Amino acid sequence: MAIYDILFWVLSAIAVGCALGVILSRNPVNSVMFLIGTFFAISGHYILMNAQFLAIVNVIVYAGAIMVLFLFVIMLMNLNADVEPQKGQLVQLAGVISGGVFFLVILAAIKSARPEVIDKTSTDIGLITNLGKVLFTKYVLPFEISSVLFLSAMIGAVVIGKKEETHGAQKTEQ
Amino acid sequence: MQVNSTHYLFLSLLLFSIGIMGALMRRNAIIIFMCIELMLNAVNLLLVAFSKIYGDSDAQLFVFFIMVVAAAEVAVGLAIIVMMYRKVHSVDINILNRLKH
Repeated sequence: MAIYDILFWVLSAIAVGCALGVILSRNPVNSVMFLIGTFFAISGHYILMNAQFLAIVNVIVYAGAIMVLFLFVIMLMNLNADVEPQKGQLVQLAGVISGGVFFLVILAAIKSARPEVIDKTSTDIGLITNLGKVLFTKYVLPFEISSVLFLSAMIGAVVIGKKEETHGAQKTEQ
Repeated sequence: MQVNSTHYLFLSLLLFSIGIMGALMRRNAIIIFMCIELMLNAVNLLLVAFSKIYGDSDAQLFVFFIMVVAAAEVAVGLAIIVMMYRKVHSVDINILNRLKH
């Protein structure tokens, strides 16, 4: 068993275990911590597949920025107490069954897929030089559009999240 | 046992199914949101795996754009959750089963 395979199985076990922890833990802060664990395992997979740039971006953007935002919101709302009302057993069972049926259907579809051999030698397509060249030539229009998307998301978040003025307060009083 | 593309398909499918189960099982809006992030990451993993198999960097740029859209989505979504918490003092989605308050 080569080192690649061992690392693949270890990282997969961490990713799936932490993903199960996300949906099973009662405390939302624990869920965030498990999700960060999943992201680190997925970043390990990226490094294994020679996508170093994406691995770093995954750690910085997901584990660093987005999950900290989640933690801020959870702690500002003081939700770290275990107060979440649970869904009924029947609804939870229905959720697990529908998720499992989805799993089985797709599993049956990809079971017969022809296995593609992975070339384990190191390549440099995941380095920032090559990705930058493709990003700023072939995908320059989506890149610019995504900047507009970010601007509108920023304005939207500020508009939605700010405290309501007197006009809005009167509305809620009614 | 040599790792090949089928292993990555199974791993991504497993992570995606766990995300779906979590989104259907839980009532906390923030945890449902986190399950959506988990599903996005399962797709990202598969895209990078096929980028490695076929030696093409386009898939990695798609992952990059998915991350961009996810970041924008999280900003707006968390703002909506904060606004909802201010109005009804709860993040329980069962309160939101009708749109009037």
